[in-house]
Parts: sequence; C-alpha cells; structure tokens
Amino acid sequence: MLRIEHLDKQYKTGDHALKDVNLEIPKGQVMALIGPSGAGKSTLIRCVNRLVEPSSGRIFLGDLELAHLGSSELRRARTRMGMIFQEYALVERLSVMENVLSGRLGYVGFWRSFFRKFPQSDIDEAFNLLQRVGLDHMADKRADELSGGQRQRVGICRALIQNPDLLLVDEPTASLDPKTSRQIMRLICELCEERQLAAIINIHDVLLAQMFARRIVGLQLGSIVYDGPPENLNAEVLTQIYGEEDWEATIEKVEEEDEELDTAALLNIAKVHPPS
Amino acid sequence: MTQNATSRRWKRPPFIQNPTLRWGLWVGAAIYLALAFGTMEVNWDRVAEGATRGQRFVAAFFPPDFVSRWDSIQDGILESLWMTITSTVIGIILSVPVGLGAARNLAYRPVYLFCRGILAVSRTFPEIILAIFFVKLFGFGPFAGFLALSVGTIGFYGKLLAEDIEDMDPVQAEAIKSVGAGWLQWLNYSVQPQVMPRMIGLGIYRLDINFRESAVVGIVGGGGIGATLLTSFDRYEFDSAAAILLVIIGIVMVLEYSSGYIRRWVQ
Repeated sequence: MLRIEHLDKQYKTGDHALKDVNLEIPKGQVMALIGPSGAGKSTLIRCVNRLVEPSSGRIFLGDLELAHLGSSELRRARTRMGMIFQEYALVERLSVMENVLSGRLGYVGFWRSFFRKFPQSDIDEAFNLLQRVGLDHMADKRADELSGGQRQRVGICRALIQNPDLLLVDEPTASLDPKTSRQIMRLICELCEERQLAAIINIHDVLLAQMFARRIVGLQLGSIVYDGPPENLNAEVLTQIYGEEDWEATIEKVEEEDEELDTAALLNIAKVHPPS
Repeated sequence: MTQNATSRRWKRPPFIQNPTLRWGLWVGAAIYLALAFGTMEVNWDRVAEGATRGQRFVAAFFPPDFVSRWDSIQDGILESLWMTITSTVIGIILSVPVGLGAARNLAYRPVYLFCRGILAVSRTFPEIILAIFFVKLFGFGPFAGFLALSVGTIGFYGKLLAEDIEDMDPVQAEAIKSVGAGWLQWLNYSVQPQVMPRMIGLGIYRLDINFRESAVVGIVGGGGIGATLLTSFDRYEFDSAAAILLVIIGIVMVLEYSSGYIRRWVQ
C-alpha cells in the first residue's frame, strides 16, 4: 500500500533528519515506528503526506507517486491519508461535529463547507464514527470542552471519515495517561483491522508498541536500524536504537500485561460495523 | 550547622551585562531629565490668568443648552454615526485581505512585504492628517471623514489581524491541511475559528475609536458632530457646545460598555 524508496530529508538548518529510508507497508498492516526524540519519526510521516517536503526519494501510495505531485493532485492524494496527531490538533473553537466533518473537506466544495451543508451521507458517517468511539452525545460540544482521551477519539473520527487507505499516527498517546493510552491504541488498531487500513504509528513508548503492533521499525538518527516483529526486540536491539540502558524490565513486562488489561472500558463502547 | 566554609554566592545576572553601558544609561537618562525640566519655561503670570479664564469658560458651559441648536446637533450626531459605521465596515472588509497577506505564516515573501507596506503607510498618518488630506482632495463634508476613518481602520485592523494570525496554533492549521482541504476551506476551518473572537472584539473596539475620531475629523472639515462642535465654539455658544460634549460622552460610554460586554460574550 505504501512504499518509500531512498527517502532523504535535510532541513535548511542542516539537520539531516532522514537518511536513505526504505520501507514497504502492505494493506492492513499496523506498523509501529519507535526511536528516541529527534530520530526523524515525525519527519518521516510528515514527508509521506508532504506536510514536510522530502529532499529526495520516492513515495508510492498504491501506484501514485507522492513526492512530486502538484498542489491540486497533492490535495486529492491527502484525502487518502488520515493523520492523527500528538496533541489531538482539533480546531478548539469548532464543535466536535465540525471537527469530524472537517475530514471531508477534500471531498466537498468551498461553499458547501462554508455553510456547513455537508451531504447527508457524510453526516450519517460522522454520527456512526462518533457512536463507535462513544461520543455521539457530544456532537455539538466545543472541542475544547473535551478531555484528552475524548479529543483523541474525535481526532480518530476526523481521520477515518476521510475514508483513507493509510493512517499516519504521530505519537497518539504522548499526552494521555497510561490507561487512556492503551484504550486509544487499542481503538486505532481495531479500526485498522476492521477497515483493512495500513498504518504507521510513531510512538516512543516501547511497551505500547510491542503490545499493539505486529511489526516494529526502529529509527535512529534518521536511519532504520531494526525492522521486525515485536518479539525480537531484545536488549541488544533497544541499545542500538536508544543507547546503553538496562532494558530487562521493558522486555519482560510485555508478555504479562498484554492479557489482563482493561478491555472492559472499551466494551462499553457500542460496536457499530463500519460501512464497507 | 552543616554549612560549607565556602558557600557559593548568587546574584541575579543583570539584564545589561556591560556595567559601563548599564550605569551610563542611568546617568545619561538622569542628566537629560534634569536638563529638560530645568529649561522648561513657565510664565506663572500667564498660568494664573489662564486659570481664571478657564473658570469663566467652564462657567459658560452651564447650564448646557440642548434645545436651541438641537436640529444641528441631531444632524451632526447622525452624520457622525453614519461615518462611524460605514468606515468601520468598509475598513474591516478591506483590511481582511491586507491582513491575510501581511501574516508571515500565510503569504509569500513579496506579498507579505507589499501588504506590510500598505499597513505601515496607513498607520503612519493619524486620522486627523488623513482627514486634512482628503478634505483637500474631495472638499468639505462627511465623505472626506469617511475616507480618513476607513484608511485608519485598515491600518489598525489589518495589522492586528496579521499579528493574530501569526500567533495562531500551527498544529490546528496543519491538521486541516492534512485532510486535503483547499486554501479557502483551510482559512475557514482552521484560521478563522482561531482568530474570530479577538477580531470581533477588536472590530467593536474600532467602532468605538471611529466614533471618537469622527468628532475630531469634523474639526478639520470632515463633517459630523465635530463640525457642529466647531461651529458652536466659533459662535461663542458654549452652552450648546457643552450639550454636544455631553452627547458625545454619552454615546462613547454606551459603546464602551456594550463593547466590553460583547467581547466577553464571544470568547
């Protein structure tokens, strides 16, 4: 679904953020991208939807080459890539519903969006998604009235209503408490499963990455230093990615915790089948 | 006591590192002020005279006479209000594109410099200078006043709009860009919600300013209540002038209170 070839990014300041990155992510795969701060995780996913311009290399979404698209083609390509942000990035003074519907902006004309006259099918889908994440009763609340976990759910709805092929997820749990973090990760992974979405999830929490992703890519100073299943993340690999540290605790915990954790909280949420 | 024999001393580092420069600035400022006040010429006889004249002047204001010139007061007020409202609306409408262009995070460099240039020029001249200029161009009357206030509004509102846009949260804007929104949609969904409450408040504040300025531009021939006020002074009708001043004060106070109220309400 997504293929990155020889991607290189050097900022004007001279920082060489990405060095010859090659990656391929098949349909339906959830991949976690781990690495220390400044390794280039954010730059990598922002190069894919061109919020950051790559210096060189090629990026394919399906058959479409993204790195050299003109502005209107880029706009159309962006509708196929949903993005979820670290600090939720909701427009705070807009309502929950407006935030979700803003995911459809690539599909509707200016005047329709200006008068908030979205097609009924978009509104139905927005309510479906809000119900799926348990927030349909909050539709007319302003986004800044919600808690962190609720905001991130709205962010997820905004990305999914785009009906994307690919999710770009940038540190979705960095500002959430541990329990909410897991709920959000679980929700993202379930939705990717249901809709067969490919996803890149930037995450600095190694435990969470191991718990939810079946493929882990480790980035260090702009280069990929690990690409494999979570089970093979051993002390040696983690040292290579992050540097010298006692990794035993991180590695052991994973197997124990995985089973017992709070599925209860998410079971409360009504499960609605997404439109196929 | 567990105190070390050599405890480290700490003092807040001074704002200006160089001690010569730091003390030099203080001494220089003190010398200038001493000279400035020392050379001020005050003729106390004239001050005393002026004070008694002022008393007579103020006494002539009472009682304010609303009645004998009521028609021209009413005309002046209506003209001033017309000038205030039209110039605020037109000024704000024209300042939106200029303000967008003058925001560094929105516009390309040449557009940015051009729009900043427009703002700088229109902010250089106070409304009264603009009014003199427009009266020379288009003759006496409220149209000149309207133009002067409109240009003043563009400078004021455009600059504040541009600054508010530059201060907005870039992540919210990035999020709307990432869904594939067009430029106008992006403005409408990510920029506008962030700047709107402040801009509504500033719009009402500008309405308030424009009303007060409409009294000033009248004095140089820009029409409105200022012209009526000037006429009553010229005729030595101080009681009517007092009435006009009271009406102006009343309207300014109403605008002041309602603008405060509306600004709290839109937050």
